[in-house]
Amino acid sequence: MSAIKLGWDAGLKSSGAYQKLLAFASLVALIIVFSLASPNFLQTSNIIAILQATSVNGVLAIGATLVIITGGIDLSVGTLMTFCAVIAGVVLTYWGLPLPFGIVAAIAAGAVCGLISGTLVAKMRIPPFIATLGMMLILKGLSLVISGTKPIYFNGTPNFPMISTSSLISAIVPGLPIPNGVLILFLVAGAVSYVLGRTVLGRYCFALGSNEEAVRLSGVNTDGWKMAIYALTGAICGIAGLLIASRLNSAQPALGQGYELDAIAAVVIGGTSLSGGRGTILGTIIGALIMSVLLNGLRILSVAQEWQTVLTGSIIIVAVYADMMRRRRN
Amino acid sequence: MFTRRSVLGAIGATALLAASAGFAQAQDKLYIPLISKGFQHQFWQAVKAGADKAAAELNVNVTFEGPDNETMVDKQIDMLAAALAKHPAALGFAALDSQAAIPLLKQAQDAKIPVIAFDSGVDSDIPLATASTDNLAAAALAADKMAGLIGNKGKVALVVHDQTSRTGIDRRDGFVNRIKEAYPDIEIVSIQYGAGDQLQSTEITKSILQANPDLKGIFGANEGSAIGVVNGVRESGRSDVVIIGYDSGAAQKQAIRDGIMAGAITQNPIGIGYETVKAAVAAVKGETVPKNIDTGFYYYDKSNMDTPEISAVLYD
Repeated sequence: MSAIKLGWDAGLKSSGAYQKLLAFASLVALIIVFSLASPNFLQTSNIIAILQATSVNGVLAIGATLVIITGGIDLSVGTLMTFCAVIAGVVLTYWGLPLPFGIVAAIAAGAVCGLISGTLVAKMRIPPFIATLGMMLILKGLSLVISGTKPIYFNGTPNFPMISTSSLISAIVPGLPIPNGVLILFLVAGAVSYVLGRTVLGRYCFALGSNEEAVRLSGVNTDGWKMAIYALTGAICGIAGLLIASRLNSAQPALGQGYELDAIAAVVIGGTSLSGGRGTILGTIIGALIMSVLLNGLRILSVAQEWQTVLTGSIIIVAVYADMMRRRRN
Repeated sequence: MFTRRSVLGAIGATALLAASAGFAQAQDKLYIPLISKGFQHQFWQAVKAGADKAAAELNVNVTFEGPDNETMVDKQIDMLAAALAKHPAALGFAALDSQAAIPLLKQAQDAKIPVIAFDSGVDSDIPLATASTDNLAAAALAADKMAGLIGNKGKVALVVHDQTSRTGIDRRDGFVNRIKEAYPDIEIVSIQYGAGDQLQSTEITKSILQANPDLKGIFGANEGSAIGVVNGVRESGRSDVVIIGYDSGAAQKQAIRDGIMAGAITQNPIGIGYETVKAAVAAVKGETVPKNIDTGFYYYDKSNMDTPEISAVLYD
C-alpha cells in the first residue's frame, strides 16, 4: 500500500499551484500579447475558431496524458483517431445504420485497439514506444484498406456534423455560439480528471508511473490495470475520431500521422512528465490551448509560415525547460 | 523567481510580436491570403512566387500558407478560419477536401469576401473562379509521349504520389485511360504509391524493376515520385527504361539534361499563383472574372527546356 500512496502523493504534488500557474500565466501572456498586436485576435469568432482548433488535439492529448502518466507512450493516438472515424463512416454511410450505432462503434473500436496496445505492452512486454509505433502503422494501413482509400462522406447522416459544429450552448445562452466539439472537449477533460483524481484506476495510473515494480510486489494486478488504461486512452481517441469526422463531415483515411506528436507536445507543455508518475488534465488542456493560441495568433499577425514552425518548437522547449528548472529548485 | 522570469519573457515576446505586427499591418493595401495545399514543396513555392509577383504589380498584400502535407484537411480548415478572422479583401483557396471547407467558404460568401479557387477546383459555386491545370489532359499527354518513345508496345508502370488526392487520381486516371483507349499493345503492369516521398518512390521503383525486368517505361506523377523513379532506375543500374516525370525542380531538370529522364509534363505554377491574385483583385474591384482560368501545361525535354516559353514556367 505504501507504494501506491507514494505514487498518489507524487501525483498530488505535481498538481501543485505553481505548475498550473506557470502554464496558465504563459497562456494569458500569449493572449494579451496577441490582443495588443492585432485587433482581429480577441474577437468572438476568432476565439471560437481557436477553441474549435483545440478540440481534436485536446481530446487526443487527454488520452495521451493517461498513458504518459503510467510511464508509457502511445504513438498510435493519431492514426487510431482516423481508424475510429473510418469505422463510424462504415457503420453510418456504408451500412446505413442510425447515428447512435456509429458513435458506439467508433468509441468501441478505439477501446478495442487500445486494449490490443495495452496487451502488447503489459502481457507481451513489448516496449510501449515500439508496440504503439506498430499499432500506428497497422491502423494507418487498415484505415486505407477499409475505406477503399477514399474519404467516406456522411451525407446520409445529416445530424452527424452537429456533433462537432452546432452549438448546444448557444441554445441555452444566446450569443455564445461555442460549438459542441469544444463542449465535448471540456466534458471529456472533466470526466478524465475525475477518473485520475478520484478513482482506483487513476490512483494506479500514477502508481504505475512512479514505481511499477513496487506496485506489482504489493500484489496488484499491474498488467490488468495497464491494459485498462490503454483501452481508456483508445476510447478517448474514438471520441476524437468522431469530433474530427464530424467537423470535416467525412472520414479522411490518409490523415492522422503526425497528430500524435502534437498531442504529446500539448501533454509535456502542460507539465506532465514523460518519465511518468505525474501530470494533470488541466495542464494538458492549457498545453493544447497554448499551442493553438500561438499558431492562430502568429497567423493573425501574418508571420511567415516557416517562422511559425520555429516559434512553436521554441515554445515547447522553453515550456518544458521552465518546468524542469522549477522542479529542480524545489 | 519564476514571476520575474515570466514577466521578462512576456515583455520580450510582446516587443517581438508588436514589431512583426507593426511590420505586417503598416500598409493600408488590399489584403489577400492564399490558403494552399502545401508549403514546403518547390511547386508551392513557385505558386507563391507567382502570387508575390502579382501582389507587387497590383500593389496588394498577399500571404501564403498551407499545411505540412496534403492529408491534413483539418489543419487547412484552421488556417482558413484564421485568414477569415483578418477580414481579408478576397481569399485564394486550394481545397484539400471541398466538402470539409464548405461551412467556412459560406462564411466568406456571407461576409462578401470573394473566393478564388486555385490548383484544384472546389465542388461548390462559391468560388468566383478557378485557376488550375487540367491534370487529366496533362497526364494523357504524358501517356502519348511514353507510347511514342517505347514504340507503342511493351510494359509500363506508374509511381504516383497518393491515391486519395484529386491530382493523384487525375494524373493516374489520365495516363491509364489514355493507354487503354489508344495503345492496346501497351500493358500497365504496376501502379504504386510513394506519398511523393523521394526515398519511398526510389524503393518502389527498384522493386517494380526487380519484378519486371522487361519493363519499358515508368511515369512518375509528381516531382517527388519522378525523382524517386530516376534514383531507383539509376540504382538498379538500368539505362534502357524510359522515364517521364511531372513538374520540374532542379533534380528533375538535371535528370533530363543528363538523358536519364526522357521528359516531363510541367504545369505553370507561377501562372497559377499569378492568375489567382489577379482574379482576386479583379473580383474585389467588381470586375467579372472567367469561371475557369486554364493555366496550361507543357511537355518538355532536352530539346525545348531552354526555350523562353518553357524555361519561364520551370522552377528550381
